[in-house]
Amino acid sequence: MADDKDVLRDVWYGRIPACFTLYPDEVTDREAEPFYVRITNILYKMDKFKDLRPVVLNLFGAVTDCFFLQLLLPRVSYLMLVTDKVKKHFLKVVKAEDVEEMWFEYEGTPLKWHCPIGVLFDLHASNTALPWSITVHFKHFPDRDLLRCSSSALIEAHFMSTIKEADAFKHKGQVINDMQKKDHKQLWMGLQNDKFDQFWAINRKLMEYPTEDGGFRYIPFRIYQTLSDRPSIQKLFRPVSSEGHALTLGDLLKELVPDVISQDGDPKKYQVVIHGIEPLFETPIQWLSEHLSHPDNFLHICIVPAPSD
Amino acid sequence: TMSDNAESPTEPQKEESSTQNVASDSGDTAKTGERKKIDVLLKAVGDTPIMKTKKWAVERERTIQSLAQFISRFLKLEPNEQLFIYINQSFAPSPDQEVGVLFDCFGSDGKLVLHYCKSQAWG
Repeated sequence: MADDKDVLRDVWYGRIPACFTLYPDEVTDREAEPFYVRITNILYKMDKFKDLRPVVLNLFGAVTDCFFLQLLLPRVSYLMLVTDKVKKHFLKVVKAEDVEEMWFEYEGTPLKWHCPIGVLFDLHASNTALPWSITVHFKHFPDRDLLRCSSSALIEAHFMSTIKEADAFKHKGQVINDMQKKDHKQLWMGLQNDKFDQFWAINRKLMEYPTEDGGFRYIPFRIYQTLSDRPSIQKLFRPVSSEGHALTLGDLLKELVPDVISQDGDPKKYQVVIHGIEPLFETPIQWLSEHLSHPDNFLHICIVPAPSD
Repeated sequence: TMSDNAESPTEPQKEESSTQNVASDSGDTAKTGERKKIDVLLKAVGDTPIMKTKKWAVERERTIQSLAQFISRFLKLEPNEQLFIYINQSFAPSPDQEVGVLFDCFGSDGKLVLHYCKSQAWG
């Protein structure tokens, strides 16, 4: 059986093959449109993208490079942090006067850059064929659905705030607030540069708790539901019951989203997904928080409809 | 838009003692009547102007972004001036987070205390 530490590494290096295509209306050359469609058809029929190496692949050479781009996206990162290449790539074929802030969409749903990439994928695209097909826009920014992201400083501020919020749940914020500025920077740089050891050298302090407590004060988690237009659920939830036994993922779901747990005999209606897998409901929530949280220190739990077949 | 309406509280402002100042969207009053509201205490940081009325009843579903727009307009900030909102004098909640959710997690004594500032005050 794998060491629990290996889980941290596996979570960190989780990747999603994605194919970025420019929204057709935004291509300069009108004649390019049918061409784009033909190319993506070929792309969908090919089925060999599952073991992509971690490099940018340009599968069809010069002919196609105007219209789409393949990337391996780190699950734990943020869209705006890993898509500089996408921007540079498509700016070549977009009319200069059309260029506003870049944003992404999957099958009509604008993708929130401030959610970790893996969460966006699990929530909107679980059970669909890879690569994940993301549409790139440079016009008509959907202010009602998305926050603007003017600079990487904003991503950093968002990331650090989320860690602090998580630590407010776990340790009343005492651990993160006792850290030095350079430790904060190291957390961010670790994420930005995809340096597992650099990040975890600091992050392990945020995962500590007094042994006698059996866990954090409260578990920082967010529950997302595909079939709900409500924002994510976030509540105070302790890892240990008042009688002193460890509470589980199932206990958390029972309390907050009871409909999700199917009754004996009923077909499963929902999948509860964290980092692309369905953890057992008996898993202690404290263990999940320590091992399957994102770098922002939140346990992001996606509830999606179970595939019908 | 939401932010335009946010400029005018639905109830007239009273002095300090008032507890039922309603920061709400005036176009939405029929619905807001049934909605549960929570008490939010707004505190200025540094040289950010204070609001005479500090305590507001806010709909649970209202987002931090919308509340920030309301405060900005209330204080008549320039459009290019930013407004940061903090919880526990420590972290800035995500702008799309709802006030009710934050109250459930970080409220105390029946209210949610939010600090606001024109510059980044904490980390």
